[in-house]
Amino acid sequence: MAYFLQQLINGITLGATYGLIAIGYTMVYGIVGMINFAHGDIYMIGAFVSLVGFLLLGALGITWVPLACLLVLLFAVGFTAVYGWTVERVAYRPLRGSQRLAPLISAIGVSIVLQNFVQLGQGARVKPLPPMIDGSFELSSSGNFHVTISYLQIGIILLTVALMAGFTYMIRFTGLGRAQRAAEQDKTMAALIGVDVDRTISITFIIGAALAAVAGLMVTLYYGVIDFYIGFVVGIKAFTAAVLGGIGSLPGAMLGGMLIGLIEAFWSGYFSIEYKNVAAFAILVLVLIFRPTGLLGRPEIEKV
Amino acid sequence: MMVAPVLSVEHLTIRFGGLLAIDDLSFEAAPGDITALIGPNGAGKTTVFNCITGFYKPDVGRMTFRRESGESFLLERMDGFRIARAGVVRTFQNIRLFPGMSVIENLMVAQHVPLMRASLYSVAGFLRLRRYLDVEKQAIERARYWLDKTGLLDQADVPAGSLPYGAQRRLEIARAMCAGPSLLCLDEPAAGLNPRESLALNELLLSIRDEHGISILLIEHDMSVVMQISDRIVVLEQGRKISQGTPDEVRSDPEVIRAYLGVEDEETAVAVLQGQGARG
Repeated sequence: MAYFLQQLINGITLGATYGLIAIGYTMVYGIVGMINFAHGDIYMIGAFVSLVGFLLLGALGITWVPLACLLVLLFAVGFTAVYGWTVERVAYRPLRGSQRLAPLISAIGVSIVLQNFVQLGQGARVKPLPPMIDGSFELSSSGNFHVTISYLQIGIILLTVALMAGFTYMIRFTGLGRAQRAAEQDKTMAALIGVDVDRTISITFIIGAALAAVAGLMVTLYYGVIDFYIGFVVGIKAFTAAVLGGIGSLPGAMLGGMLIGLIEAFWSGYFSIEYKNVAAFAILVLVLIFRPTGLLGRPEIEKV
Repeated sequence: MMVAPVLSVEHLTIRFGGLLAIDDLSFEAAPGDITALIGPNGAGKTTVFNCITGFYKPDVGRMTFRRESGESFLLERMDGFRIARAGVVRTFQNIRLFPGMSVIENLMVAQHVPLMRASLYSVAGFLRLRRYLDVEKQAIERARYWLDKTGLLDQADVPAGSLPYGAQRRLEIARAMCAGPSLLCLDEPAAGLNPRESLALNELLLSIRDEHGISILLIEHDMSVVMQISDRIVVLEQGRKISQGTPDEVRSDPEVIRAYLGVEDEETAVAVLQGQGARG
């Protein structure tokens, strides 16, 4: 039971980061109907910018951890959002209105470009960051097994919940959210009542990149190691999460992320850690076979 | 004409491959008028709308839109959403609501521009600042006003896609009005309405013209609507203008009688144009 609880905590932490990244996939899919395969690499950029941010602050002598984390958070979000905006502007917008596959191929290209860019600029070796936030609560202990939740895990979970709540509120109740939902349903009509659809799409990419940057920062702090290739597997897993929850559905992305995180944690806890990716992707296959619209997705009804 | 027209179309020409869809068309719409565009199927009426609202770029021609304030806009040089922001708003022949959003949200999204400006691109909206809340309150009041006018007030929170057909048509007009147009372009608003509904539509359009001073450009096949409410009528056939004038002038124009519906028999044509045979 104690072991179960520990894996549950680990799974939720992991699921929180997947959920944040999955939102970017699902939101972009909803509004432009493409899978942004470069999104995982945007997350990787977020992780690297965070690392650079911490090193810069260290050089400047700002070592008070909460302040450093806050500054790096803002820095990473701002910087990565610029990447998100640029990618859309340069690689996707010119292809809008061409055939469906074109932006997809373009996205794969962007993904390769970003990976190689970071590999060349930062080197191919794994980059370590010394642990910054230590300490944890002990929830229970039986014999010599202690169930703990670290301050960092608490921070990750709280920040994710806050971001998701704020984001849900924005989509449901603000003008921007309404414009996004309108553009999602009928871009032409949205433009004809005065919505600047191009700008709305840009903002969508910026928000997606910002959330991915937060996930990047969290993972950098949590695991302490990053390299230029981390975006690939995590990106695919977050995509799996989005599909599992029902692509296009925001609550679906959050739920899917959580489920993938839990599956991974429990699988590596009870079966084998080597096959955790197999478990996650097997879920993707099963979902696509038995419930192609995902858990919370609605089937698209073509009107005749 | 003493007053500058709200819309002047000059020498509009557009070609799709070998087909000359609009051939040197010129007409004007006076402010505060209901101007109808009529003509047989394929005459190019919707194509004219598509040019005015920025869907098609004409090969030749100039379309000038003038606001009451005296500002004028060359529509052929503008993007669709800028045309809408300038004050030309249209509806479609086939209904294009946002079916997954509630009725009132459909009207709120039409007021996107003032709301976004007031909310500093959602920052103030997110923080619920006073200044934004006032603007939002006005927007909701405006939406409620048009829901009341169109008899949809008790369905404000229903998803737009689940409304009955006639109600969806009215909601489209309400949404267009919430976007704050000076010129409202309606593409067959009476299509598929029953006689009672189309009578209500007449009243709605007249009140938009008389109480709100909005100019209307109307494409319509239902002659009982066109002949009763139009101030001026422009008749198209195969992309060319064959007649224009008041309903009475157009009704008695032999060229229109000949062309309209291609009827040889003069009596039938006259009956159609008088709105008696429109649904028969």
